[in-house]
Amino acid sequence: MKNRWLFALIIAALFAFAGYAVFFIAPDEATMHAIQRIFYFHASSGWAAMEGTGIVFFANVAYLRKRQPKWDWLAVSAVEVSLAFWSVVLVTGPIWAHPVWGIWWAWDWRLTLTLVLWILYVCYLVLRTLVADPERRAAVSAIFGIFVFLGVPLDYLSIRIFRTQHPQPVLFGGPNSGLDPTMVKVFFSCSALMTLLMILLVIERYRLERLRYEAEEMRLVIEERAETKSQNREMQRRTALGG
Amino acid sequence: MTAARAAAIVLRKEIRAEMRTRELLQTTVTFVIIVVVLFSFAFEPTAAEARRYGPGLLWIALLFSGSLMLNPSFAKEQSNDTIYALRMAPVSPFAIYLGKMLANLLFLAITEAVLLPVFALLYNVSLWPVLGRLLIVLFLGTFGIAVTGTVFSAVATQARMREVLLPLLLLPVLVPLLVASVEATAELFADAPSLDRTWVAVLVAFDIVFFATAWMLSDYLLEE
Repeated sequence: MKNRWLFALIIAALFAFAGYAVFFIAPDEATMHAIQRIFYFHASSGWAAMEGTGIVFFANVAYLRKRQPKWDWLAVSAVEVSLAFWSVVLVTGPIWAHPVWGIWWAWDWRLTLTLVLWILYVCYLVLRTLVADPERRAAVSAIFGIFVFLGVPLDYLSIRIFRTQHPQPVLFGGPNSGLDPTMVKVFFSCSALMTLLMILLVIERYRLERLRYEAEEMRLVIEERAETKSQNREMQRRTALGG
Repeated sequence: MTAARAAAIVLRKEIRAEMRTRELLQTTVTFVIIVVVLFSFAFEPTAAEARRYGPGLLWIALLFSGSLMLNPSFAKEQSNDTIYALRMAPVSPFAIYLGKMLANLLFLAITEAVLLPVFALLYNVSLWPVLGRLLIVLFLGTFGIAVTGTVFSAVATQARMREVLLPLLLLPVLVPLLVASVEATAELFADAPSLDRTWVAVLVAFDIVFFATAWMLSDYLLEE
């Protein structure tokens, strides 16, 4: 309990530092100026979202192999947290695009795939609501999740493979694609922070899912007991009447 | 029994069941024609316009009819209680999947055989000069739809609201396939038609990756 608060506090402190770094340490971009600073949160959220879907994929495969409920808890937790980060990406993107491109949205591979992945992980959650049996639900959503994940590497690579409206990669993008060294430092601090936040949220959501699962199990037991009790009472009543 | 033989038996069974009722084909073929007719209200189907919107229309019609047709593939086994027989059969689940997938591929191909002439006629597109290359693109795209759709048909069978659920799961997953098929078809409908290598490569990659994934996951598809 104490450790979690400590973890959360450290992340909050790091966020304060990141906010300072993004606005006061990172140099001004030559053509885009202040609006470019959204990049530090946009791209780092994108990384955190993809890392989150990596956890989903890992948990899906682990569930199908091991059949332990904990992998399903991890999968659903990571899906929800990733969705939050994808949403940040999809909101900050157009905010940046409107002044820079003059339009909010462009249907290139990067943007389309990101939106489709967001929709697909929503579908994952919808699918889960429609399967009642917990084991079936876990297996079915694991199969679907693995298929959905196939789009994630394509989304990551799309700005390298296709000519997109979305900017080309500025990190690991080959020669002449680099950022100012200070920008790189600020960006990596932000993305490390977003990853930590993602992990914290997944852990918290996982705890919640485990508790929810335990509560569901308990409710089933209680309902079962109540049913046998009422059946017994009914039988006693009948024997009393008959006797 | 080898997987290929088992798959052939499942395929024969699917064809025989379909030939007895023809339920699936008659509804799907009618539906796909309705879609093509309805799209003509969205824009003026002159030759130039048809060339612009035609490829998208063709593939949307196919995707819709696919998501409609693939639903009964496993659902009918469930409602007839024959799913237990399939589960107990001493063959690999992949063979059953493969047989069903090939049957769906065949039924989709029959739908396309009806759709193509109707489409060419109503939208004033001449398909004859590019037919060979168009068939390659159609095959690659339809294969992807059948591969993914058969898996998701099995997935959706396990859930409530499966008729609505299948398109929900299937259509977004097929977006990369749709984009590549539409772009490749558009290249064929252009003034100087050509088979675009990049888009064909994307289609082939999609087919291979999804088929391999379906193969690896096929053990879990028929579970109770």
